[in-house]
Amino acid sequence: MLDKRLSIDDIVGQLRDGMTLGLGGWATRRKPMALVRAIARSGLKDLTVVSYGGPDVGLLAAAGKISKLIFAFVSLDHYPLDPHFRSARQNGLDVLELDEGLLHWGLRATAMGLPFLPTRIGLGTDIARQSAFRAIRSPFDDGEELLAMPAIALDVALLHVHRCDALGNSLTLSPDPFFDELMARAAQKVFLTTEQLVSTEALGMAENYRCNLFERSLVTGVALARYGAHPTSAAPDYPLDLAHLKTYVDSAASAEALAQYRAQYVAVADEEYLTAVGGPVRIDALPTVIY
Amino acid sequence: MNNTDYSLAELLICAAAEAWRDDGELLATGIGPLPRLAASLAKDLINPALLMTDAEAFAVTEPVPPGPRKGYVPLVEGWMPYDRVFSLLWSGRRHSMVAPVQVDRFGQANISVIGSHAKPKAAMLGARGFPGNSVHHPNSFFLPSHNARALVAGEVDFVCAAGFNPDRYVNGRPPPGLDLRLIVTDLAILDFEGPDHAIRVRSLHPGVSFEQVQDNTGFALVRPEFLLTTPAPTPIHLAAIGRLDPNGVRRSVLKGDPPGNPVQKGVPL
Repeated sequence: MLDKRLSIDDIVGQLRDGMTLGLGGWATRRKPMALVRAIARSGLKDLTVVSYGGPDVGLLAAAGKISKLIFAFVSLDHYPLDPHFRSARQNGLDVLELDEGLLHWGLRATAMGLPFLPTRIGLGTDIARQSAFRAIRSPFDDGEELLAMPAIALDVALLHVHRCDALGNSLTLSPDPFFDELMARAAQKVFLTTEQLVSTEALGMAENYRCNLFERSLVTGVALARYGAHPTSAAPDYPLDLAHLKTYVDSAASAEALAQYRAQYVAVADEEYLTAVGGPVRIDALPTVIY
Repeated sequence: MNNTDYSLAELLICAAAEAWRDDGELLATGIGPLPRLAASLAKDLINPALLMTDAEAFAVTEPVPPGPRKGYVPLVEGWMPYDRVFSLLWSGRRHSMVAPVQVDRFGQANISVIGSHAKPKAAMLGARGFPGNSVHHPNSFFLPSHNARALVAGEVDFVCAAGFNPDRYVNGRPPPGLDLRLIVTDLAILDFEGPDHAIRVRSLHPGVSFEQVQDNTGFALVRPEFLLTTPAPTPIHLAAIGRLDPNGVRRSVLKGDPPGNPVQKGVPL
């Protein structure tokens, strides 16, 4: 009988210096934050991070874990700019800056085993002038000048789901699945954190199949992480914690503020983190953030 | 002359809403409070066929008011996750109005960095969807502070959105999807109707002169033979804006919420 259950620390133990990690979700939605915090307090270094970025990127940048960032944006939505990301970037953090769709396209190329995919996205911009790109001409009669988006290969994809069984069958219940499926298909290994570890029967897959983003054979391991996306949202289970996001933003005010944030919220076990942010009672009662 | 009192924000919402007039069933996207209200007004008064989203993952039948909904539940008519938004926009079926930090004479736009890309003086969002949007579907810009830091000389610091700059294309020709429409600022409405898509003054806001607009722009603007005045909002427009923005978000966008009417501004008519 397959059993892919692991702990957060087991997963981090399978990561290596210099790896390319894809982080699922989008900005302040369904980020694998429990894993991100575990990486931030680990000894890992020189990571290449691929993300539709939110506080996952800022937190790892502030911890000095990122040697290269492959991204299209880093945003906290309500707070448009992540101060930790800005600070890292303004200190010269190496990046490959993409369009949101180019990032999608690069992951898809790897998922299809292709070296690149052709596109018009990036033509005429400074994105295309980065050294990763090549121009390519359509071999057909149209002869159109296009851009080759290189494949983005992930060593590991880290994704947060709502329900999962011990075999890696998962449900992502939020209204937007974002590009977690492409991250999973572009990765050598996929590790999930899940709000609830349940039996296969309890997934109710016959009804919920549209929330099953990828097959279990892609999944290497799954760890239980209740509130594992906090402070980002994991709708419908819980919304974004705007108050904690402000605490996170304010921690960029000084080195002391950052040290205090790390001591209180990062360098702690998951149970302590949950208590520090107000516990399940507070998170379950958070108002939905409406834009 | 319409003597109704109106704010500059309301004037801009009305002028910007015109961007979507002839767009049929395109997805109307306005990024930022005033462009969003402009798209809302366009759907409400001008072109009800437009597609709109709830700023999450659903298409809705009516514009959703920004901020608290006070019990209002939007009627969902379709699903619009980001994957579908990309599929839709790559086929050209969207018209966005976005608020870049810099725009240049080619209509190239920047929201990524000020200064060098390797070590920016100011890092902002990143290119987001600007590169793909710019070469696939119609785009308009919203610049709430019309000055030479926003409408820059030379080129923008990092070209996120492509424009009509022949030096940036292998054969000198931009892709067929490049379709820049309006630039809405706090001084004027600009368009790309000059020679070779040069940026032209389409209308001046009440009480603003062409010289004032030119003096606050980092490049030469095309002056049309007849200078039009941006139409003042009618009571119908203002009533609709009041309904679409019940929380009054529009009043906190422009510093001091200035009036839009030259009588209120004290400019001789």
